[in-house]
Amino acid sequence: MTDDALQRRTFLLGVGLAGTAIATGIPQEAEAQPQPAAPSPAAAAPADTEPFVTLTATEAAFIVAAVDTLIPADELSPSGSDCGVAVFIDRQLGSAWGGGAKMYRAGPFHKGKPEQGYQLALTPREFFAAGIVAANAWSRKNFGGKDFDRLAVGDRVAALKAMEDGKAAFDNFDTRAFFNQLLSLAMAGFFADPIYGGNRDKVAWKMIGFPGLPATYADKIDAYRDKRYVAEPQSIADFS
Amino acid sequence: MATRLKDVDAVVIGLGFSGAILSRELTKAGLNVVALERGADRNPADEFTLTRLRDELRYAVRLELMQDNSIDTITFRNAPDEVALPIRRFGAFLPGEGVGGTGIHWGALQWRFLPTDFRIRSVLTERYGAKAIPDTMTIQDWPVSYDELEPHYDRFEKLCGVSGQAGNLRGKLISGGNPFEGPRSEDYPNKPIKTAVGPAMFGAAAASLGYHPFPVPVATSSAPYVNPEGITLGACEYCGHCNRTACEANAKASPNVNIVPVLRTEPKFELRTRAFVTRLNYDRNAKRITSVLYTDMRTGEEYEQPAGIVILSSFVFGNTQQLLLAGIGEPYDPSSGNGVVGKNYCYQFEAGANAFFEGREFNPFMGAPGMSIAIDDFNGENFDHSGLGFFGGGYIVCTNAGAPPIGGRAMPKDEPRWGVGWKQATAKWYRCSTGFNTQGSVYAHRDNFMDLDPTYKDALGRPLIRLTYNATDNDHAMSRHVVGKLEGVIKAMNPTRYEMHYRPKNFTVVPYQSTHNTGGTIMGADPNSSVVNRYLQAWDAHNLFVQGASVFPQQPGYNPTGTLGALAYWSAKAITEQYLKNPGPLVHA
Repeated sequence: MTDDALQRRTFLLGVGLAGTAIATGIPQEAEAQPQPAAPSPAAAAPADTEPFVTLTATEAAFIVAAVDTLIPADELSPSGSDCGVAVFIDRQLGSAWGGGAKMYRAGPFHKGKPEQGYQLALTPREFFAAGIVAANAWSRKNFGGKDFDRLAVGDRVAALKAMEDGKAAFDNFDTRAFFNQLLSLAMAGFFADPIYGGNRDKVAWKMIGFPGLPATYADKIDAYRDKRYVAEPQSIADFS
Repeated sequence: MATRLKDVDAVVIGLGFSGAILSRELTKAGLNVVALERGADRNPADEFTLTRLRDELRYAVRLELMQDNSIDTITFRNAPDEVALPIRRFGAFLPGEGVGGTGIHWGALQWRFLPTDFRIRSVLTERYGAKAIPDTMTIQDWPVSYDELEPHYDRFEKLCGVSGQAGNLRGKLISGGNPFEGPRSEDYPNKPIKTAVGPAMFGAAAASLGYHPFPVPVATSSAPYVNPEGITLGACEYCGHCNRTACEANAKASPNVNIVPVLRTEPKFELRTRAFVTRLNYDRNAKRITSVLYTDMRTGEEYEQPAGIVILSSFVFGNTQQLLLAGIGEPYDPSSGNGVVGKNYCYQFEAGANAFFEGREFNPFMGAPGMSIAIDDFNGENFDHSGLGFFGGGYIVCTNAGAPPIGGRAMPKDEPRWGVGWKQATAKWYRCSTGFNTQGSVYAHRDNFMDLDPTYKDALGRPLIRLTYNATDNDHAMSRHVVGKLEGVIKAMNPTRYEMHYRPKNFTVVPYQSTHNTGGTIMGADPNSSVVNRYLQAWDAHNLFVQGASVFPQQPGYNPTGTLGALAYWSAKAITEQYLKNPGPLVHA
């Protein structure tokens, strides 16, 4: 294991153990230091203590950096990872959906036309694994040997923009498809019910004014005609 | 070796709206009916509940109620010279699975087709001359008229507790309804759903341009209602989660709520779930189905179920696939135009728009599809097509179906999709945008059809259905015209900004567009032009009745379910009043 990877793993362990306590601690530079938490016995056996369900340390670092770039902290909400979006993505990729449930997976596999939709043999979990490898390889090639999560904020933005526009040419992987899947999963995590790990404290719902549950408005349609309806959002857990 | 079961009077394949209606009508006539449903049971008491249903991720994004593509899917290509590839997860359309089928998660817009839609080739010929219809446009008259179907439309509307405003009651035009609709024998069972702010603005703008706005008819009861089956429906809660979900208020109609509860207490009815019908056993000489073969998906065991009558009521793709696999009827060949099974696949050509009204408060999360306002001035033959270069049309609607936060946040296209600026933009536009749609017709084209895929198979080893479909020049021209009219209304609404969403040149299986697939086992006047006769009875197997939108010869500019339900009652009436007395062909070829 390289020093770099070791640092990254320790840092991620910090995320898992300390939760939002390190809300502001997302490194903006590659050289950002791991959290000062002393290595515990658990840290010596990282495979057992990985705080994520399925993501590897490298993948988790990528996802955290990506969701914090897609959903940066500002006055409207904390950063994506502080809202739980990385945790959401990890759990989704570890879910039945991530494993390709309800997906036709028989070959032969052909690229096809865009009109024919997704044609890879990969499950969503495998798609993200391959996509992150490709994205980091491209990042190292274009940003001085650094993986995506080690880039400065401005470079992360530039890198994601290049992926979005299809200007970043990944090796043997559809850059734009990867970016769109990443964005769509991040947005799902930000706006889904908090039961799935993202949208902590219903921040995303508060941001747009979505009241959540129970959503029974028969008596409010007329009263709030062209008038803003404001309510403290409630989620599934609030009724459990 | 399949275990042969005891003979039953009738077997129903697929328990959606059509299957449930047929099961009900046949048991009422004294028949023992077994329904074979390949998916799970879906019991409202367990599944249509809060907080469970208020989960956009589970239902709208991960598609909880939809068909399991790991078991079965279809392949797709745009043109006959391309290689079809499997749709690995459904996107453009979302057939449901399990008891209730697609009738659980529909938006519940329940329309009638126009009287002229049922005789469209004749009407176009009368108005524009036979030469005006292109050779490639394989449309045909329905073998049933609006007047014949009218009592059955009425029945299905009452079953579902449809809310709406009549526009033509027994020939008398009623202000505020759709003046273009065919005469209805009775008013809708429920008053319209409350109209939302955006649609009300649309209605005012449309009226100012001389059009005729009205509330869309929707199978969501606006007040508590007892349907003719004795089932009490609740009133709509305007929860904004109708699409892709069930309804905990029992306001939105579904087979599960509006009819299946009666079947569950009917001794003559038996429901077998996870019973995947793989084949119809066809006796070509006797021209009848002797039995159906199915696999119990819980055990893998195979069973043969003999039956006197077979009701084939799966989705469009499954219906067509069963006939092709069993060799019932001649498969359609697009190069010669001969054959009928798989012919005239049609889709719905929807195109829409978004408008943004800075500073307004639409509370878009308070929603129900029925809060929408439509105009029907540019549908079917409601307008003169002379010199326009196309046929068909569609209703135009300003929608208010709800705006759940993952999928329901409309934003102008030039706003950033992420990062700095995105959050401000989505927070700014979420509450003040409203959406529009045009429910465009698809007039059949010679090259759009279904057959069996030569390569890909389902989990039980059967060839998948292969769909060959592309948007046609006619449908694009139709859509440009109708969307252009929509733009005129939007301008009159004076939005801060708006965007028109024209359809791309080629049909694509992503993203979602519409689940309105039709054709493949079309109905018609004779066996040379159709698979089933006017009573949905197969020409080549007199005890086989094929239900659902697969029998539509082409797709008019309306949602299909209203007509699907009416046809189910119409077919059931013919079976119980004619076929049972004298089993054999009800129409002689």
